[in-house]
Amino acid sequence: MWMKRLFFMLIVRPLLLLVSGIRADGLRNLPKDGPAILVANHNSHLDTLAIMSLFPVSLLPKIRPVAARDYFFGSPLRRFVSEKLIGIIPLDRRGIQKSGKTHPLQPMLDALDRGEILIIFPEGSRGEPGKMKPFKSGFAHLAKMRPDVPVVPVKIGGTDRSLPKEEALWVPFILDIDIATPYHYGNDIRDFTQIIERCFHADR
Amino acid sequence: MNPVTLLVSILLVLLLAASATIGLMQRKSEKDLGELRSRITSWWIMAAIFLSLVLSGKPGAILLFAIVSYLAVKEYFTMIPIRRVDRRIIFWAYLSIFPQFWWAYVEWYEMFIIWIPVYTFLLLPFRQVLTGETKGFLESTGRVQWGLMLFVFSISHLAFLYILPPIEGIGGVEMLLYLVVLTELNDIYQYIFGKRFGKRKIVPKVSPNKTVEGFTGALVATTATAVVLKFLTPFTMPESVMAGLLVSSAGFIGDVVVSMVKRDVGIKDSGTLIPGHGGILDRIDSLTYTAPLFFHFVYYLYY
Repeated sequence: MWMKRLFFMLIVRPLLLLVSGIRADGLRNLPKDGPAILVANHNSHLDTLAIMSLFPVSLLPKIRPVAARDYFFGSPLRRFVSEKLIGIIPLDRRGIQKSGKTHPLQPMLDALDRGEILIIFPEGSRGEPGKMKPFKSGFAHLAKMRPDVPVVPVKIGGTDRSLPKEEALWVPFILDIDIATPYHYGNDIRDFTQIIERCFHADR
Repeated sequence: MNPVTLLVSILLVLLLAASATIGLMQRKSEKDLGELRSRITSWWIMAAIFLSLVLSGKPGAILLFAIVSYLAVKEYFTMIPIRRVDRRIIFWAYLSIFPQFWWAYVEWYEMFIIWIPVYTFLLLPFRQVLTGETKGFLESTGRVQWGLMLFVFSISHLAFLYILPPIEGIGGVEMLLYLVVLTELNDIYQYIFGKRFGKRKIVPKVSPNKTVEGFTGALVATTATAVVLKFLTPFTMPESVMAGLLVSSAGFIGDVVVSMVKRDVGIKDSGTLIPGHGGILDRIDSLTYTAPLFFHFVYYLYY
């Protein structure tokens, strides 16, 4: 855990908060403690780091982004960064068929039960720069199984300019992060997914 | 009394007066003056950072100007529309900032004065050629170069003003303080006169808050201040009057030119970096015009 803290204190936070700069709206909606589910749109690897750098360093060990196992645990170096520096919870994209025995969402439920804060990108991948893909309903299933856990929509912009998919050159632009008021699960997976998705299309 | 000590004392009195006035106003008025209060708090913080770095010596002062310039041009690049390939051109534009301030640091005037208008100007189109994207070339190159001229080249004149050698015991530090204090006071005068007496709008389409009364009141008040603060310069009386008129009118133009950019891209404030003020662009817009013009005024007269 000390590696994760140092990584954020010495590298991520100085680069994102000072060199790039983040304009955050609705910081008061950011959970003070877990468990919670943050739902965000996804354009860039910077998304995860930018959201995480808004939290106090003391809370960092509890922040767990959910990301694809095949990519983020695909090589020893990526595995090291994902596991030790960022604290990713790996998700098997092929899901139930492959793992068979346990529920594919079980690691996330365990994390919520430990009081951790999940970051979920329901678009599934970074996709075209600046364009949103339809949301998958994984986070809604989690919210259904743990209805007391708040779901916080986090809209992020500017990362598609700073570090788009398939580019290695990071160029500083100010990032915009808009944190909405928390939602709780209602009574329908489809409805809940749509309610959250709508937060990302509405203008602020 | 040392001119710098005298100026710092004057600023301290002004800030204390502003804080006291806002406190009294809040007690009498029902309205929430939070916006105005946070603006004054920001003035305190900006004055503290600015004065401590400028008075800390050459490295600190020039680093401050370079950082301000970087933050400003970054706000500009964030608000303009860009194509995907423009990221690379903008990356090179960022890289031109450090040398520009380095030339000032090593006091190499010839290089300082052509680095962005000549060398960077010629380099950026070449980088565009390498990207191979012909569509939108002119707009993109024009936008990036224009931002560099206004927020890096213009602002870097603060650094060269700062390193000018002393004349009759008055050096670049004093003249830099003179310029920055006059420019910022001019902004405040325009605001106050505009609020109190403002009727006829000057440029209604660009900046609806700017009035003839605000502009004229500030012109008189800034010129008077320029004469009062003459102890920071080697100026004669007529020269200080001219400096006042120059800073006041140029400050106005810089302000509305940056407003023009924001109107064009449809943004009101360029950022949220400075509570009550907006972004850093909103604070240094007037300086983009006053810094080079005042510098060349001094340079022509004394160097």
